[in-house]
Amino acid sequence: MPQDVRPSSTAGRAGDFPPFRQRHLISIADLAQHEIVDLLDRAERMIAVSRQERKSLPTLSGKTQINLFFEPSTRTQSSFEIAGKRLGALVVNMSVKTSSVSKGETLIDTAATLNAMRPDVLVVRHAAAGAVELLSQKVGCSVVNAGDGAHEHPTQALLDALTIRNHKGTLAGLTVAICGDIANSRVARSNLLLLGALNVRTRVIAPRTLLPAGIESLASEVYTDMEKGLEGADVVMMLRLQHERASGKMIPSVREYYRFYGLDAARLRHAKPDAIVMHPGPMNRGVEIDPAIADGERSVITDQVEMGVAVRMAVLDALLPPRNEQ
Amino acid sequence: MMRPLLIENARIVDPASGTDQPGAVLVEDGRIGDLALGGPVGVPDGAEILDAGGHVLAPGLIDMRVFVGEPGKEYRETLASAGAAAVAGGVTSFVMMPDTAPAVDDGALVDFLIRRAEAQSPARILPAAAITRGLAGREITEFGLLKEAGAVCLTDGAQSIQSSALLRGAMAYAANFDMPFVHHVADAALVGDGVMNEGLFATVLGLKGIPREAETIPLARDLQLAALTGVRYHAAQVSTGGSVALLAAAKSGNGKVTAGVSINNLCLNENDVGRYRTYFKLNPPLRTEEDRRAVVEGLRSGAIDTIHSDHDPQDSEVKRQPFAEASNGAIGLETLLAAALRLVHSGDVDLLTVLRAMTSRPAAILGLDTGRIARGAPADLILVDLDYPWQVTERDLRSRSRNTSFEGARMQGKVLRTIVSGRTVFTHEE
Repeated sequence: MPQDVRPSSTAGRAGDFPPFRQRHLISIADLAQHEIVDLLDRAERMIAVSRQERKSLPTLSGKTQINLFFEPSTRTQSSFEIAGKRLGALVVNMSVKTSSVSKGETLIDTAATLNAMRPDVLVVRHAAAGAVELLSQKVGCSVVNAGDGAHEHPTQALLDALTIRNHKGTLAGLTVAICGDIANSRVARSNLLLLGALNVRTRVIAPRTLLPAGIESLASEVYTDMEKGLEGADVVMMLRLQHERASGKMIPSVREYYRFYGLDAARLRHAKPDAIVMHPGPMNRGVEIDPAIADGERSVITDQVEMGVAVRMAVLDALLPPRNEQ
Repeated sequence: MMRPLLIENARIVDPASGTDQPGAVLVEDGRIGDLALGGPVGVPDGAEILDAGGHVLAPGLIDMRVFVGEPGKEYRETLASAGAAAVAGGVTSFVMMPDTAPAVDDGALVDFLIRRAEAQSPARILPAAAITRGLAGREITEFGLLKEAGAVCLTDGAQSIQSSALLRGAMAYAANFDMPFVHHVADAALVGDGVMNEGLFATVLGLKGIPREAETIPLARDLQLAALTGVRYHAAQVSTGGSVALLAAAKSGNGKVTAGVSINNLCLNENDVGRYRTYFKLNPPLRTEEDRRAVVEGLRSGAIDTIHSDHDPQDSEVKRQPFAEASNGAIGLETLLAAALRLVHSGDVDLLTVLRAMTSRPAAILGLDTGRIARGAPADLILVDLDYPWQVTERDLRSRSRNTSFEGARMQGKVLRTIVSGRTVFTHEE
């Protein structure tokens, strides 16, 4: 881990990194491989910043970041908030309650209103796929997608990749098994795109009802048998099951789901002995994962949270370079 | 009394008779007075003479599926604006869907629409009547009274009736009055929250998909019930290769079955959705290129009878939304012919077949005397430059709404003049 970051210099930000060419971060699909690696390398430096006593860099000082969450999410919102504040930005949180009829109206109206306040970056989460992209077309600042429906959650994929890289030393050549509700998961989509771009072997494991059409084109391998899918995996990534929504339709019951797709010690033995266990949170202990595994020594779930802040610092820093400041 | 009009030096293309040859047409008293193929035509004194310049003279188009906002949503489209858009696109008659507020489920409304359209619209507007009251899919409407009032067919418009028992009763009762029964097929439960074609593309966008079976399953049911009841059944619009196969099989045993296809499903596919472009959010959804080719082949083979615009004006308020929350529909009256000519220029379908699907076939299905160039028929005619190059720009469109699925598209072929009942209602200006 790099230890050479000086807290009050710009070296931590600009350093040796070339300018980041994207204005927004809407989806992993928009990023070239070198841009993904660039963001991971930038995030690497931010880990060190967060581990210092003075956890700050001045790179976003004078800038305004608005966290606009149409869907509640305590952990993602606070992660972005801490990231912005550690870089010196003025961070404003807005949670927008939406009624089902006026969702879109609120979106466009809110975009226009917020845009007039001249923010430098909007961090947006919305329940509808494509909503963040739509909003990015209506504002004059950078936009970061903090999750749009079942489409993408790019910073989650970046923090997952950073976590894996730090535990395994590298990404290329690894086998990552993603298990659970693939059909409704933006985390799965972003991860499949990112890992695919970095030559990681990806597997998805789920009952057929939770596998979306065409998934075989997105993942290297598709499994409905969890034990087979875990065989030889370096990383086991569990997804949250929206069991209130799925029960009775996509799966008969939580207990049957756990019986066949829950991660417990016996199943985990099918993966490599040094395999790590990940989860984007919030976890349903006893639904998709045995508490003993979730809190056990193979779990890197709290590391993911730490990497989350670093990745979001890196993204904000990359998207908001200083403009010709003398 | 209008002056007689002689259109000479034309390439007369009349799908009803299979004609495609040079000739002249004499229009008198709103009807086709004489038709001369090759030979001379008698010119009455004082006739206006129009040199067609060798361009195609065809019957005016009949569009079987158009949504209008009047009454109830006049800000989207009025009878007048829809009529103006229609004649600019060469559409001289269109069937107006009953999806208005209130729905056209009562004879008095049909009567109102006919009178108002006559006063306001340069194109003939043919009201369709709802199959069920309020388009709610529960109780059937007064088919007999609606027919007497002038409704040309029965349809629940964008709605699909889910109950097989209700459909059976409605079809049998429609057969009683010999009313064309036009039904949009969609299994509501299989469509579910779906907003585009099911497949890899929807998965990548994180959008819920609509499986093809949401169309083929209710279509198979409808075709069986049509045979059972003897109704004149018209599948409003199909979008999949599976539907084409079902139709081909049904037609071999039941001469009363016909089917339509939207120009969008003939010319576009799911990739046009791009990054959440809501003007391409349609019902039925744009399918794969394989399906598009299958419906084009269905048109060629005769499994599909008619092409319509599925003109569906929506304002920006309901279109500038996240994809899943946006309304369905695209306007299409002004681009219908040019888009259909793409199939001709690409060599996929010949000109007579394409025009037949928008003239004599809909006329036969609806029992109209238009859609053909024959002595005594109403003089609904279009003069078309098949090769005229132009680009679709939304600000030039006459519809009150702007949601065209062909924005920016380069087209080849344009209507130069549109004649309804012998009267020129549209002339192309350079």
